[in-house]
Amino acid sequence: MKKFFKEFSKGIFKENPTFVLALGLCPTLAVSVSLLNGLGMGIAATFVLLGSNIIISLIRNFIPEKIRIPCFIVVIATFVTVVEMLMKAYSPGLDRALGIYIPLIVVNCIVLGRAEAYASKNNVFNSLSDALGMGIGFIWALLLISGIREFLGSGKLYGYKLIKGFKPPAIFILPAGALLVIGLLLGFFSLLKEKRK
Amino acid sequence: MKNRLIVSPSPHIYKDESVERIMWMVILSLVPAGIAGIIIFGIKAFKVIFLGIVSAVSSEWLLQRLTKKKITISDGSAFLTGLLLSYTLPSDIPFWIPILGSFFAISIGKQIFGGLGQNIFNPALVGRIFLVASWPRYITHFIPPLGYDAVTSATPLALLKRQEIFEQFSYIDLFLGKKPGCIGEVCVLALLLGAIFLLMRGYISWHIPITYITTVALFTYVFGAKGLFRGDWLFNILSGGLILGAFFMATDYVTSPLTHKGQIIFGIGCGLITAVIRLWGGNPEGVNYSILIMNAFTPIIDRYTKNRIYGR
Repeated sequence: MKKFFKEFSKGIFKENPTFVLALGLCPTLAVSVSLLNGLGMGIAATFVLLGSNIIISLIRNFIPEKIRIPCFIVVIATFVTVVEMLMKAYSPGLDRALGIYIPLIVVNCIVLGRAEAYASKNNVFNSLSDALGMGIGFIWALLLISGIREFLGSGKLYGYKLIKGFKPPAIFILPAGALLVIGLLLGFFSLLKEKRK
Repeated sequence: MKNRLIVSPSPHIYKDESVERIMWMVILSLVPAGIAGIIIFGIKAFKVIFLGIVSAVSSEWLLQRLTKKKITISDGSAFLTGLLLSYTLPSDIPFWIPILGSFFAISIGKQIFGGLGQNIFNPALVGRIFLVASWPRYITHFIPPLGYDAVTSATPLALLKRQEIFEQFSYIDLFLGKKPGCIGEVCVLALLLGAIFLLMRGYISWHIPITYITTVALFTYVFGAKGLFRGDWLFNILSGGLILGAFFMATDYVTSPLTHKGQIIFGIGCGLITAVIRLWGGNPEGVNYSILIMNAFTPIIDRYTKNRIYGR
């Protein structure tokens, strides 16, 4: 149980996929325009991560070493298709907002990275906790980035206008703003890490 | 006899120059353009310049205070950033635009890299593109000079972009600054006065500005109109922020190449990008982006134009 918690907690801060490992930055940059989009992306990626980590760690002893990456991709793509269909059926609006970035979870570095680095070497129980921790780490990172960008760039939070008369600097919902916010946050978290040492 | 000999390491020849002195001299050389801007656009222009400078200097003080660094607001570099930024803004804008622009210029453009001498991009221009991307409506809102009806009007370059007639501006008008535009860029005469002062005193070399302006002139002369060699190159030199950019921003010591060979490459690159944006790009003016893009190339230009060390 102690190991479970350790594997779970490392993804949240110490090995946070976005701020420390700097994986999966492409969907993070593209999708983090508003809190809703960020949350949708985070949950979708976490679902895929959970599914793929469990299946891959179950079949890890049957996968031939040389063709492991194609095998991982098949498993991941299956779960991505499930997510895509679910999203199309139950929240078409979010599906339209996220667009191509949902199918692109197939090549998301976090999912593939955890499959390669963790799930293919560890048992199901630990892989599950690893996936949960990484997923939650990804979700909170996305929420933080998209919250900052939505608030500064459009003056809203989760679609609600907060301050009257605030003229938002639109740069923060443009791609330039995404790079700026992520760069500053990465710097900030490295500073925190540096201070902790 | 022994006491008269001074033993010291090289260099032995000193020049009575320092960063502070050069900065304040550049500021001095920009004063005529500012006065011209205030005469042309009225007291509003003074307000923008004043707010830009105050905000830049106090942002620098605040950030150095917060990061517990030595406070260097007296070296004039923050003052110069604020001044240059406000020169690139139109006069009729809300008061918070120059304040936020200067704050962004100093914080993201300069202090985040470690202060003066460390920044990759010209801070004043970083501040300006932040404002352009964030509140495009205010930054492209130009009013004509005093004495005309106070309605919004387009700059000569914007008119050219929309293929409207620009015959209403004579070359003399463009040269003296009787046109809508940004505060510091309109009066070419005043800018040239300052530029000649800087060139004579040796604070800037001719390499970047001359190659920059010549490239723009040549390119717009060749491709500027239907058919080759029919473009109005003089119009292209005299309008927009080319003179201000070429003499005062592209020559920034920190963000431009070190060697003369590198500076010539830098100037030609700036000129090409400016001309391409003006002729075929989405924006009427490209000076701002061209200098920032070439700033990004400065390290690589420096690497390949490094002077050979004697004997190697």
